[in-house]
Amino acid sequence: MSAFRKIIGLEVHVELSTRSKMFCACSSEHFAKPANTQVCPVCLGLPGALPFANREAILSTAKLGLAFACQVNSFSKFDRKHYFYPDLPKGYQISQYDLPICVLGEWTMESGKKIRIRRIHLEEDTAKLIHSEVGGIKVTLVDFNRSGVPLVELVTEPDFENGQEVSEFLKEVQKIVRYLGISTADMEKGSMRLEANISLGELGSQALPDYKVELKNINSFRFLVKAINVELARQEEILAKGDSVVQETRGYSETTGKTFSQRVKEEAKDYRYFPEPDIPPLRFDNNEIAKIKASLPELPKEKRNRFEKDYGLSALYCGILADDLARADYFEKAVSLGEKSGFSAKTIADLMINKNMDKDFSEPAGFIKKIVEATHKVYSSKEITETAVREIVGAEESAVSDYKKGKKQVLGFLVGKAQQKLKGSADPKVIQEILLGLLEES
Amino acid sequence: MKNLPFTIAEIQKLLLSKEVSCVELVDTYMENIEKANPKLNVFITVSKDKAYSDAKKVDKLIKDLGVDIKGEHPLFGTVVAHKDLFLTEGIRTTAGSKVLDTYIPAYSATVVARLESAGCITIGKTNCDAWAHGASGENSDYGPTKNPWNTEFVPGGSSSGSAVSVASGLTTIATGTDTGGSIRQPANFSGVVGFKPTYGAVSRYGVTAMASSLDSVGHFSQSVADAEKVFDVVRGEDGKDSTVKNFKAAKPKAKIKLGIPKEYFAEGVEEEVKDSVYKASKLFEKEGIELVEINLPHTRYAISVYYIIQPAEVSSNLGRYDGVRYGGPRTSFGAEAKRRIMLGTYVLSAGYYEAYYLKAMKVRSKIIEDFDKAFALVDAIIAPVSPTTAFRLGEKADDPLKMYLADILTVPANIAGIPGLAIPSGFSKAGLPLGIQLMGPRFSEHTLFALGELYQNASGWKFKLAKDL
Repeated sequence: MSAFRKIIGLEVHVELSTRSKMFCACSSEHFAKPANTQVCPVCLGLPGALPFANREAILSTAKLGLAFACQVNSFSKFDRKHYFYPDLPKGYQISQYDLPICVLGEWTMESGKKIRIRRIHLEEDTAKLIHSEVGGIKVTLVDFNRSGVPLVELVTEPDFENGQEVSEFLKEVQKIVRYLGISTADMEKGSMRLEANISLGELGSQALPDYKVELKNINSFRFLVKAINVELARQEEILAKGDSVVQETRGYSETTGKTFSQRVKEEAKDYRYFPEPDIPPLRFDNNEIAKIKASLPELPKEKRNRFEKDYGLSALYCGILADDLARADYFEKAVSLGEKSGFSAKTIADLMINKNMDKDFSEPAGFIKKIVEATHKVYSSKEITETAVREIVGAEESAVSDYKKGKKQVLGFLVGKAQQKLKGSADPKVIQEILLGLLEES
Repeated sequence: MKNLPFTIAEIQKLLLSKEVSCVELVDTYMENIEKANPKLNVFITVSKDKAYSDAKKVDKLIKDLGVDIKGEHPLFGTVVAHKDLFLTEGIRTTAGSKVLDTYIPAYSATVVARLESAGCITIGKTNCDAWAHGASGENSDYGPTKNPWNTEFVPGGSSSGSAVSVASGLTTIATGTDTGGSIRQPANFSGVVGFKPTYGAVSRYGVTAMASSLDSVGHFSQSVADAEKVFDVVRGEDGKDSTVKNFKAAKPKAKIKLGIPKEYFAEGVEEEVKDSVYKASKLFEKEGIELVEINLPHTRYAISVYYIIQPAEVSSNLGRYDGVRYGGPRTSFGAEAKRRIMLGTYVLSAGYYEAYYLKAMKVRSKIIEDFDKAFALVDAIIAPVSPTTAFRLGEKADDPLKMYLADILTVPANIAGIPGLAIPSGFSKAGLPLGIQLMGPRFSEHTLFALGELYQNASGWKFKLAKDL
């Protein structure tokens, strides 16, 4: 039992997959595109250029907020956040400061524990710096394709206590974002980025300690969980010795399995926020918010619960099936098709989860056809069966006479002979039927 | 200096009757520029090639379309000079600062593009206070523009070159920006019509930003009628500036009430200036317009509010000129820009934001409220443009505070986002231009134009070109 209260808060950045960038008409699809091919005066920060906000991105942010039971502010605005860095062509980032689009949300974990969502706001992504060598000289190149891509930031309250909780939550965020269709939330491509703020407080006290360590630049859930647990242990060791933990940004090394210092923060940065004068404030009325809410698709958790209830599947199966929206839809289509052939939802789920049979068929119809074939034979026609049975009756004279004498058990022998002749391709019921008819005749 | 027709209508008449071609028109303006520019320092860049290629294009359109050219190209043959804050594709744009000394834009401002497609001919880029910071033109990194009526005086600023280019017959019209009076005040000092539209009537896209919540994109002309013609071409949404709204031109009321705010005739306003405005008011009264005395009690806080909000936005907007991607190094910034960057950075800093910026925004609301209350009583306001006529070069150059006060009667319109029209009203005893200012509620431009035209007709006004040089 630890002597400290574990305090973990998260900041999650998600790049929206809108067609155009946040404030201009350039394409927002920037992954693996030749450098500086998707740029214009606005995202290059040329003199005189002005931002024109992307409606779709604002809607996407509101959707994400509603999925996390946030309040969508009826009045919100963009602000300028100033800092100097070569990836920021205007000298400021258009972000949201005191009036973000969404505030005060909540998420209930599997355990029933509630995680409070502080805010979800919208901002623009920065350009990408590429450290390289040109003609033997070390240089930093700037690719502005990413500059101005819409970026949503979700900030939680420090309500997590361990890496496992963080992992559960983040996986859910990723699923929800994908269900909403607002981002691919791909960690490898950088369209989902994670930051965790970690500190240890006094047991039994609600007060936050006077420091926090920011874990940054960790590109998988698995490593983040490890990093958080390792970092908690590191801080506990320091505090147990009576020392204090340095407020800083730390990274995680997969090779050493340890966190390491990246940058010590001397003081809070002064970003000189002020309301962005180039963009009028955003207003949402209750009708609009209700409309957006009504437009939300069934979310992962709702789907899991429905699968359990409607199909009588285990929580584990429901979780696996609902993990991916496309697979969940596939499952439901397969169930409705399979019903007609007498397959239960449980059977279909089994075949999908344990045998991965769905993977070979892009459409559920193909998958169902395959399992019908695997369980039901296609028999030879009645004519072919009858010809074969006649031949057997003609050939097996002694057996036929035995039957007529009342030795009914030879029937099985004759059926077997016929099936042998037909190489097992006939329906035994049909063979028997024909056989009985012929035996009565003769 | 060759005399040219003054108004757009007169020029278009000559062009349609084939008495003159656009190329010949450009020839004459070029001759005038060659004579006047060395003395007055009006242009930073003369776009000769562009002017002739535009002229040839319009000449061809006149030949092909005849009188129908007016439909698609209502401003055909109108020669325009752009303040060097306006981005012009392929033509150097400096914003009056050495930071952008070699900057050639890859795109044109919405207003530049709209004027061009309306048939305008771009003749050059005019001198201005660097980044539009100034009320005299003396902050230009390219040397001050001179007042054409007396070259020992300033022409006003920051759109100095644009005002003087129209006053001296170096162009038909010129564009400008007005953040605290930068169109109306130089128009007043130079003896031309200067028009500042409602904030949100004309797109700012492609115009180097000074203070984003105050910047208005307007223009200079010799007559009020021309100001209206140009406005009707440039105004309206462009899908680039999200503060712009389309609006229907409302017909002026049959019976107009004109407000006279006593705060605009306070101490420090020259008698000659006051008298000229009173005289104009009487003329309006004679034309059946009711004069009403009104109060704008928060006027005296306008300059204080302005010098918080404006530098705050300036410090933010100039952040991009870091010399990393384009333009010169940061050492190329002049003293006034540095002063505003420091002021703005200070008022936005943590711990000071509430005391300065936030408080200024609250007082800004009070000033807006003043105007709202006034416009419940009257349809427009008449006032002086500037407390004085043009001052001498160097007179205020060493005293920024004194210089800031030159904008005291123009700044309130920017703070409230309302339109303002400066119209010449004669000359002082010293031979310097006098003028009046008309202000109206948001999007009441067409009432101001109607009043302005009424004044120009009733006063028997005839445009006077600045003296032959």
